[in-house]
Amino acid sequence: MARLAALMAAGSLLVSACGGGDIEEAAGPSEGGEECGDFDIAINPWVGYEASAHVVGYVAATELGCNVEYKSLKEEVAWQGFGSGEVDVVIENWGHEDLKAKYIDEQGTAQDAGPNGNVGVIGWFLPPWMVEEYPDITEWENLNTYAELFRTSESGDKGQLLDGDPSFVTNDEALVENLDLNFTVVYAGSEPALIQAFRAAEENREPLIGYFYAPQWFLAEVPLVKVNLPPYEEGCDADPETVACDYPEYILDKIVATDFAESGSPAYDLVASFEWTNDDQNLVAKYIAEDGMDPEDAAQQWVEDNPDVVAGWLG
Amino acid sequence: MLLGAILGIWLLGWLLFEGVATLPLGRATLTGFQTRLNELRDSFDAARDSNVFLDVVVGGIRDALDAFVVGAQDLLSQAAFPRPVPQVGWLGVVALFAWVTYALAGVRSTILVVLSLLSFGVLGYWSESIDLLIVTFTAVLIAVLVGIPLGIAMSRSRTVTAVATPVLDVMQTMPSFAYLLPLVLLFSIGPSAAVVATLIYALPPVVRITAHGLRTVAASTIEATTSMGSTRTQLLRKVQLPMAKRTIIVGVNQTIMAALSMATIAALIDGPGLGEPVIQALQTLDIGTAFVSGLCIVIMAIMLDRATTAASQRAESERRATRDPRRRRIALGAGAVLAAVAVYLSRSYLWAADPSRLPDLGRPLADVAGTATDWFTDTFSAVTGAIKDGFTYALLNPFQSLLADSPWWLVAAVLLAVAFVLGGWRPTVTTAVCLAVIFGVGLWQDTMVTLTMTLVATVMVMLLAVVFGVWMGRSKRADTAFRPLLDAGQTIPPFVYLVPALALFGTSRFTAIVAAIVYAAPVAIKLVADGIRGVSPTTVEAATSAGSSTIQVISKVQLPMARNALVLAANQGLLYVLSMVVIGGLVGGGALGYTVVSGFSQAQLFGKGLAAGIAIVALGIMLDRITQHAAARSGRR
Amino acid sequence: MSTQAPPAATVPGQDEVSARIARLDEARRNPLLHVEGLWKVFGTKSDRIIGTPDADLPRRELMAKTGCVVAVKDVSFDVAPGEVFVVMGLSGSGKSTLVRCLTRLIEPSAGQVTVAGQDITSATDAQLRELRRKHVAMVFQHFGLLPHRRVIDNVAYGLEIRGDGKAERRERAQEMVDLVGLSGNEDSYPDQLSGGMQQRVGLARALAVDPSVLLFDEPFSALDPLIRRDMQNEVIRLHHEVGKTMVFITHDLQEALKLGDRILIMRDGAMVQVGRPDEVVGAPADDYVRDFVSEVPRSHVLTLRWVMRDPRPGESLEGPVMGPDTVVKNAAHKVLASVHPARVVSGDRLLGVVDREDILRVIVAEESP
Repeated sequence: MARLAALMAAGSLLVSACGGGDIEEAAGPSEGGEECGDFDIAINPWVGYEASAHVVGYVAATELGCNVEYKSLKEEVAWQGFGSGEVDVVIENWGHEDLKAKYIDEQGTAQDAGPNGNVGVIGWFLPPWMVEEYPDITEWENLNTYAELFRTSESGDKGQLLDGDPSFVTNDEALVENLDLNFTVVYAGSEPALIQAFRAAEENREPLIGYFYAPQWFLAEVPLVKVNLPPYEEGCDADPETVACDYPEYILDKIVATDFAESGSPAYDLVASFEWTNDDQNLVAKYIAEDGMDPEDAAQQWVEDNPDVVAGWLG
Repeated sequence: MLLGAILGIWLLGWLLFEGVATLPLGRATLTGFQTRLNELRDSFDAARDSNVFLDVVVGGIRDALDAFVVGAQDLLSQAAFPRPVPQVGWLGVVALFAWVTYALAGVRSTILVVLSLLSFGVLGYWSESIDLLIVTFTAVLIAVLVGIPLGIAMSRSRTVTAVATPVLDVMQTMPSFAYLLPLVLLFSIGPSAAVVATLIYALPPVVRITAHGLRTVAASTIEATTSMGSTRTQLLRKVQLPMAKRTIIVGVNQTIMAALSMATIAALIDGPGLGEPVIQALQTLDIGTAFVSGLCIVIMAIMLDRATTAASQRAESERRATRDPRRRRIALGAGAVLAAVAVYLSRSYLWAADPSRLPDLGRPLADVAGTATDWFTDTFSAVTGAIKDGFTYALLNPFQSLLADSPWWLVAAVLLAVAFVLGGWRPTVTTAVCLAVIFGVGLWQDTMVTLTMTLVATVMVMLLAVVFGVWMGRSKRADTAFRPLLDAGQTIPPFVYLVPALALFGTSRFTAIVAAIVYAAPVAIKLVADGIRGVSPTTVEAATSAGSSTIQVISKVQLPMARNALVLAANQGLLYVLSMVVIGGLVGGGALGYTVVSGFSQAQLFGKGLAAGIAIVALGIMLDRITQHAAARSGRR
Repeated sequence: MSTQAPPAATVPGQDEVSARIARLDEARRNPLLHVEGLWKVFGTKSDRIIGTPDADLPRRELMAKTGCVVAVKDVSFDVAPGEVFVVMGLSGSGKSTLVRCLTRLIEPSAGQVTVAGQDITSATDAQLRELRRKHVAMVFQHFGLLPHRRVIDNVAYGLEIRGDGKAERRERAQEMVDLVGLSGNEDSYPDQLSGGMQQRVGLARALAVDPSVLLFDEPFSALDPLIRRDMQNEVIRLHHEVGKTMVFITHDLQEALKLGDRILIMRDGAMVQVGRPDEVVGAPADDYVRDFVSEVPRSHVLTLRWVMRDPRPGESLEGPVMGPDTVVKNAAHKVLASVHPARVVSGDRLLGVVDREDILRVIVAEESP
C-alpha cells in the first residue's frame, strides 16, 4: 500500500510538470469572460426550447464572451435553481402562474424578463389524413359522431383522447365531462409517446385525437390540425371542475434569476431583448430534431443567416 | 382450495358491486393529504436559507460533494478552464484506469477496461462516460464507507436490523422520480443531488449483503474462535470480516450496478453523465443516438461488473499465489512508468487529450441502429399491435376490472385473505398496514390498476424465466449465448428502448408491461438458471437412469428441486417489475407511474406524486412480504 | 470386531496401570475440573422446569407439555489432573451440550463448574475470556479452522488474540506444528489439507496455548476409520508427551474404551454410569449400558480383577505373578503357557488366582455370544 502511494506521488509529480506540447498554446488567455462570466441557461425538455436556448447561448458566447452552461432540467426544477444560483434564465416559459406566484411574488428569487415572441397554442389535434377524410371533424360538436373510430384497447367502449407529457397542465378530463363527449382520456405519459402515436397514425392512416401544442418541431414533420373547442374567454378556465372552453394562447416569456438581473451582466441585456417568431423557432428546432444537427451548430447556422435580428438583440 | 374459494367470493362480489366504492381520483384533484404535502414542501422551501441545519449541515454536504465531483471532472473529463481539455486527457485516463485495474484485477480485466474506455471515445461520449463513472464512484465510495459498518451493525444486533430493514426497503422500492424533487429541495440541482440520489438507491445492496455475509460465516468457526477467548472485536476483525470478504465484494459489485443505473436517471436533475444524451435523444425520438449512448452504459456496466468480479477472485488467489512476488512488483512498476508517460503526453499534446480527434464510429452506428429499428418496427408493428389488442382484451382488461372496479373493501378483504392463506398472520398484518397507507394517501383505484399490471407482468416474467432459465440451466451453450443479452436488458436505460416499444405496441398499458418484462426477466431468468444448475447431478442422473424423458426430468426433478430459486425469482421479478412502474407511466401505463412523473413535473401535483410514490412503496413491501413468507412456508413443508 | 493393539510405547506395564489408577483416584479428591448438578434446558421459561416433576418426564412428553428440551440433566463429575475423561452417548444424548457448558459456550441453566478452583458459572466475561485463552482449549468435530489463514497462523491464533509477541508465537506455533506431525505444511491453507491433517491443525491450535484442560468434541467423527485410528493413537501419544487433562466427547464406544481413564455414559441428558472401561464392561449399570457393551471383545477390556477367583483348596500357588489391572488379553499368553494358575497380586497381598479355564471362558464367550 505504501508502495502504491509512493508511485502515485511520483506520478502526480510528473503530472504537475508543465509540458511543452500544443495544449499550452491552445489554452491561451480566456476569451473575455471578465465582463460576462458564467451564464447558466436551463434547458427544459422540449426541442423548441432547446432551439431558443442555444441561439441565445451561442450569441452570448461568441459576441459577449460568456462562459455558457446548459443545464437540462424540468421546469419546476429549473425554477428552484434560480434561488440557489444554479440557473440564470428560463428562456421559454409557458404560463406557470403557480410558479410565478411562488418564485417571483413570494420568494423574489426570479423575475419576468418579458415575452420572447413565441406564442404557445395548446389543444386537441388530429393527423392531417383524418381532416381530409372527415372534413367536419375539426369542430368539437361533431366529435361524438366519430367517437367510435377512436376506440382502442385502452379506452374500452368510448373514444380515446390521448393526453401527453406529464409536464403539461391539462383540463382534458373535465373538458370531456363538461362537453358531454363520448371519450375517455388515456395518458400517453411522455412527449415521445405522443409524437410516436401521431407519427404512426399519419403513416398508417389510423384514427387518433390527442393533446398537442405549438410551437413544436414535430409540426414541421406532420402538420397536425387543431380541433376547434368552445373558444377561450377570460376566466372560463378558473374552476378546473367546470371548465368547458379551449386552452388560452400563451404569450411565452422569459424568466430570469433576480440575482442575474441585478448583476449587470451583458447576458441579461441580451436575454431581455431576445425575441423571435414561432417560425424562427420551428426552423431551428427542425435543424435539430429532423436534420440531426448539433444544437450549437443549428444555432450558429440560424445566427449566421439572420444577422439583422441578432444585431437587434445586441442593441 | 382455499384460494379457489376466495376467488369465487371475489367474483361474486364483483358481479354484485362492480363500479361501487372504487375510490377513483381525478387527474387534477388533490386529497387533503396530498395538499398537505404540497404545503410542507412550500414551507420547507421557504425555510431553506434561514434554517441552520439546512444551511450548515446539508449545505456543507452539498458543497463538499459538488467540489469533489467538479474537481474530479476538471481532472479527468471536463475542460479545466483555461485549458481546452481536462487536466488529464483521454490517453492518460485510459492509462491510469488500466494500471489500477491491472493492480487489482489482472491482465484480462485490464484489456477489457482499455477497450471499453476507448469505445467511449470512439463512440463520441468520452466526457459523458467519465462523468458517469465519477458520479457512480463517488456514490459507491460513500455507500461502502457507510454501508459496511451498517451491515456489520445489522449482523450483530436484532434491533438495528429491525430498524434498518424497512428503511432499506423504502430506499429500494421508492421510485426515484418521487424523491428526486425533495432531494433537489435539499441539495439543489447538480452533482451533489445526483450523488445523493444515486447513494439512496445504491446503498441497500452493500448493507444487506454485508450483513448476510457476516451472518452466514460458518458457525463452527465462530464457536471455535470464541472458545479460544476471542473478544467480539477480534472475532469481527480476524474471523468474520476475512471470511465474509468475498460476499462483501459481491455486495459492492451489486451496489456499483445499482449506482450506475441510478446515476443515469439522475440526469433529470442535472447529474452529469450519459443519462443526458439518452434523455435528449428521447425528445427527438432519435433512436440511433439513444442506442449509442445506451450502448456506452451497457459497456460500462459490463466492464465494471467483470472487473470487480475479477478483483474479488484475485483477492482470493493472490493470497496464496506461489509465483514470485518480485516479478509482479516489477510489472507494476513498469506499468506505473508507462501510465505516467501517458499522463504526461495527455497533458501536453492535443492528440492525446482531445477524444474528438479519435475516429468517430458513433454517428454511423447511430444511423445503422436507427434504420434497423425503423425497418423492424415498420415490418412488425401490425403483428405486434394485434398481439397487444388480443392480450389486453382477453387478459388485462378483465383482470383490471376485477381489481379496480370492485369495491375497495372487497379487494382489501381478498388481499388480506390471500396473504393469510399464503403466508400466515405476519404478512397479513403487513398487508393490512400497507393497504391502510394506500387508502390513506388517497390513490386506491390507481394503485389497483398498477397492481394489475404488476401482477400480469410478473406472471409473464416467470413464464420467460422458467422457459429460458431451464434452457440455460441445462445447456452451457445457451447460457453463453443469452447471458450478454440479459446483462444488456438489465443495464440499458429503459429510455433507450421506449421508442421502439412505442412504435411496436403504441401507447398502452401493454407497452408498460413489455418494458417491465425487458427489465425484470433477466434477473428472474438468471436466478432460475442458477437454481436448475444447482440441482444435484446425481439426482438428475438417477432420474435419467430410471428412464425419465427430458420433459419428465425437467418437470418432476429439476423444477421441483429448484423451487427455492423459482420463489426467489418470483420475488425479485415482482420487485423489479414494480421499479418499472414509473417508466411504464411514460409509455401509457397511466395510474401510479404517471402520477409520480407528473408530480415531478408540475408544481401543484408535487404532493400527489409523492403520495403515489408512497403507494408504490406500500405495494412493494406488501407483495415482497407475502411472497417471502409464502416461500418460507413452502420451504418448510 | 477387532481392535488394533496400540503401539508398543503406549502399552503400559502392569504395575504402571495400577499405579496410575491409584494416583488418579487419589488426585480426584482435589479435582482439576469439578462439575456439580449441571442442567441445561432449552426453550422459553426453561428455568421453570428444574426441580419440578416435569424434569423427569420423557423428552417427548416434556416437549409437548412445555416446549422445552432438557439437554443436560443434573450431571456431576470430577476429573483429576492428567486424567482422560470420556463422555459417551448417542446423538441427542446431550454430550455436546455438556462439553459446551463447561466453558459456557452454551450458558448452563443451573449447576456449578469449577476449573482449577475457579468457579466458571459466576465468572465475568473478562474472566471467562482469560480462562478460554489460557486454561481450557477445545477441539471441534468440524475443525473450525480459519480458511483465510495458513496453517501456522491458524495454530498461532490463540496466542495472537491474547497478545503474545509475533516472534514468540511463531516459534511456539512451529513447535506445535512439528509436535502434531505437520512439519512442512506450515504455509498451506486448510482447504489444501486432508480431513485428518486439518484436525491435526485443530489439535496443534488447542495445544499452542498450553492449556491445563483440553476439551474434545467428537473430534474424529468426521474422519475415515483408518485416519480416525491414527488420530486416536496420536492423542494417546500426545497425552503421554504433554500429559494434559482431557475431556473427550464421542459416540464411539471403542474410542471411549481405548482412550478413557474413565467413561461417563449419558442417555437423554442424564448420567447413566461413570467408571473405568473395565467397570463399564464388567458391571454395566443397566440394560441400556449392557446392550451397548455387548459387542465389545471383553478380553480386550476386562482386567484380571474381573476374572480372578479365590484359590481352591490345594491349588498350586506357584504360577506367575500378575497385577489386578492387567487386561485379560495381555495376561492370556502367560496364563495359558503356565501349568499353574497365575496369582493376582497387589503389593504383597494375594487377591486371587486365574487359570487357563478362567481366561478361555472370557475369550470363548466373546466369540459365541
